[in-house]
Amino acid sequence: MSKQTIIELKGIAKQYVMGSESFYALDHIDLDIYLNDYIAIVGSSGSGKSTLMNLLGCLDYPTNGEYKLKGTDVATLDENHLAGIRNQEIGFIFQNFNLLPRASALQNVMQPLIYRGLPLAERKRRAENALTMVGLQDRMTHVPNQLSGGQRQRVAIARALVTEPAILLADEPTGNLDSTTTIEIMALFDQLHADGQTLIIVTHEQEIAERCHRVVTLKDGHLMSDQLNQPQASSPSLEVNAGV
Amino acid sequence: MQVSSVKFKLVEGTRSAGQSIFAHGFRSFLTTLGIIIGVASVIAVVSVVQGFSANITQQFDGMGTNVINIESFTPRKERLQGVRAKLTYNDYLQIKYKIAGISNVTPTVRMWGSNAGITYRGQTSSSMIVGTASTYQKLNTVYPERGRFFNASDDQSRRRVAVLGPSIMSKLDIKGDPIGQHVGVSGEWFKVIGIAEKRGKLFGFDQDDFILLPFSTTRALLGGAEEPDIIISFQVNEPSQLDQVKQQVKNLLRRNHKLDQDANDDFEIATADQMLDTFDKIIGSTTLVLGGIVGISLLVGGIGIMNIMLVSVTERTREIGIQKALGATRFDILLQFLIEAVFLCLLGGLLGLILGFGAGSLISNLTGLPSATVPLWAVILSFGFSAGIGLIFGIIPAAKAANLDPIDALRYE
Repeated sequence: MSKQTIIELKGIAKQYVMGSESFYALDHIDLDIYLNDYIAIVGSSGSGKSTLMNLLGCLDYPTNGEYKLKGTDVATLDENHLAGIRNQEIGFIFQNFNLLPRASALQNVMQPLIYRGLPLAERKRRAENALTMVGLQDRMTHVPNQLSGGQRQRVAIARALVTEPAILLADEPTGNLDSTTTIEIMALFDQLHADGQTLIIVTHEQEIAERCHRVVTLKDGHLMSDQLNQPQASSPSLEVNAGV
Repeated sequence: MQVSSVKFKLVEGTRSAGQSIFAHGFRSFLTTLGIIIGVASVIAVVSVVQGFSANITQQFDGMGTNVINIESFTPRKERLQGVRAKLTYNDYLQIKYKIAGISNVTPTVRMWGSNAGITYRGQTSSSMIVGTASTYQKLNTVYPERGRFFNASDDQSRRRVAVLGPSIMSKLDIKGDPIGQHVGVSGEWFKVIGIAEKRGKLFGFDQDDFILLPFSTTRALLGGAEEPDIIISFQVNEPSQLDQVKQQVKNLLRRNHKLDQDANDDFEIATADQMLDTFDKIIGSTTLVLGGIVGISLLVGGIGIMNIMLVSVTERTREIGIQKALGATRFDILLQFLIEAVFLCLLGGLLGLILGFGAGSLISNLTGLPSATVPLWAVILSFGFSAGIGLIFGIIPAAKAANLDPIDALRYE
């Protein structure tokens, strides 16, 4: 099956220097991510998954290696171009939602479109569509404080989707949610995947990883395993868990 | 970067600055209070001074710019030696009959101090006694509100008549119709024939506290062997000949006073224009000094803004991180905070303007000064200065915000 490559990581390393000591948060990782991939990046804390997330999200520069996003080597881009990439190609979803506290749901979703230079009417139209898609058409004027955790994460998802990004990067998206809401949000991710969206989810929860179609395991900055998952099949997830 | 894109960013930045400022209404108000007070003081001070200045200019204009006043002048050194220069009635006559192209030549003699006692039905007081000719009315545009001004025949026949400034009425407690009543000046009785129009106060000096008497009568009243020192005023018919006439008068007086070639003038020739110039200079430097003091208060206000903006940046670190994750560039963040600072300052400027004009009007009303006027330059300057303060003191917090590392900012608790 020929797949279209979206992300190519070659020998990506991130080195931190603390005084005389230095260590690799990421130790020369190779990873390809394809269109419509549904990947879970798992690993214990300190495994380097957050660092990988920041690099994939163009929030940070690698110390070494090549990161190609849709064929462009982003490691060579300056800050303004990285901001452009974050705006155009990447949709972030955070564990603590990271909504703008004083802005309404609608304003939150409209925010990234400001940096794209879209006029107000167009921003509003797109943001309303995105909020409707995540089922929040009745909550558009609410500020984050007036929304439940699940609703907040839906706003965050709508905000990530509204720019029609190449990849959706979710960092522990259900970490602050109860189990019922977690199932709802995961159902929403399944739906997005079915619609053709590329999703990368960083998590340490087994149930989440099990729902993804590919599981990448990190440990101490090394890539330990990269396995395909058949969520509806018997129980291949056990193999993955055994590797963790 | 394209112009349209900068314009778009400015519009969006203003929108978000407005939201942010009004979301913390009270804090924004406190933040900009320094600017409000600064601008309010500028406007209050300037409006009072300018209103005052406009009023003075008006008064000088009423005098006519082609009026020349000549007074005797003794240098301080000679005055200490007991020498006193003097303009005499003879000087007046010489000017009146030998200089062409002038009219309303008026001699004036003033009585102060012990000579200036006035009485009315047992009430005693003192005032400025001015002995002058009937032409004084035309030169100084004094109009009687009641009765009449004295005429040439009053002067010629040394009639004991007086025109009172309106303040004298209350000073001497004159009741009923003052016309036809008698007031005592230096022990002689004068019949009141007119009351002058009210002029109000200037520098706290009552302009309505005077008694006008015919010149010849006053000279007789002063009596004695010594000739009084007089002031000679006249009007130049052709304003273009003003300098020429001044030179002629100067030559004439020097000849009259038998001054040597190298001696200084013992008199001063002043035009209303010169007085106006001097006055304008005084007002100008007063405004400048007050402006400077107020400028310092604006500076302090600006530092207040910077302080709160720095706190606000720290407080919003996480928001800045989110915005950067969503694709905001450094420039976007820089602009957002700069616009917020400028916006705050401009709002403060506007409030200060309203407050300052209110305060200026109030001061004018309470102190009886002429009504306050706010010149356009003061408005533009205040707004310009406010915006400038916002820019200057906004740049450090804005740069701090723009340079935040997105990862650190997102993690900030």
